[in-house]
Amino acid sequence: MHILQLVGIGLTATVIIAVLRPQAPQFAMLVGILAGVIMLTMVVHNMDKVLSTLGDLASAAKVNHGLLTTVLKIIGIAYIVEFAAQIARDAKETALAGRIELAGKVGIVILAIPIITDVMESLAHLFP
Amino acid sequence: MTPEVRAVFQIAGIGFLVAILHTILKQSGKEEFANWMTFVGFVAVFIIVIGYVDHLYGEIQRVFLSQ
Repeated sequence: MHILQLVGIGLTATVIIAVLRPQAPQFAMLVGILAGVIMLTMVVHNMDKVLSTLGDLASAAKVNHGLLTTVLKIIGIAYIVEFAAQIARDAKETALAGRIELAGKVGIVILAIPIITDVMESLAHLFP
Repeated sequence: MTPEVRAVFQIAGIGFLVAILHTILKQSGKEEFANWMTFVGFVAVFIIVIGYVDHLYGEIQRVFLSQ
């Protein structure tokens, strides 16, 4: 992970946006979106190794593989939703950002329902 | 300079160019033409950005959602 490259892209984009905003605000917004997309792509690309290590650890600890998959899916949804909501908030569309976050929350709950049922079943076994 | 960084500068350049042309066209009285040119420039840049967003979504899907 080239941390200097990431920070450099962020700083460059910030300067460009600050200069561009009075002249062409819509292009400033697009530069902001593009810089965010590029940085997030690099971060997610590098996260690949971390996740494979996590999967190895989980299989070594004999954790149910479905649980790890669900957690990873939830993390992915959280990344996408956070990204889109912040873009909407940057463009002063606070209400739309709230809807996007609501959609993400509902998606996460839908993914988490099997785990919740598992927990409830274990509790029912413990307290007959 | 990686292609991604080049794209950031490219979009900034297009933005400046469109802003300058918009001002020039507005000064010479062709306001409607200026507005249309800004719109076309915006759509062109938007298509570039959409390509990168598609790449990001593919990457997230590959890393997180397809285990």
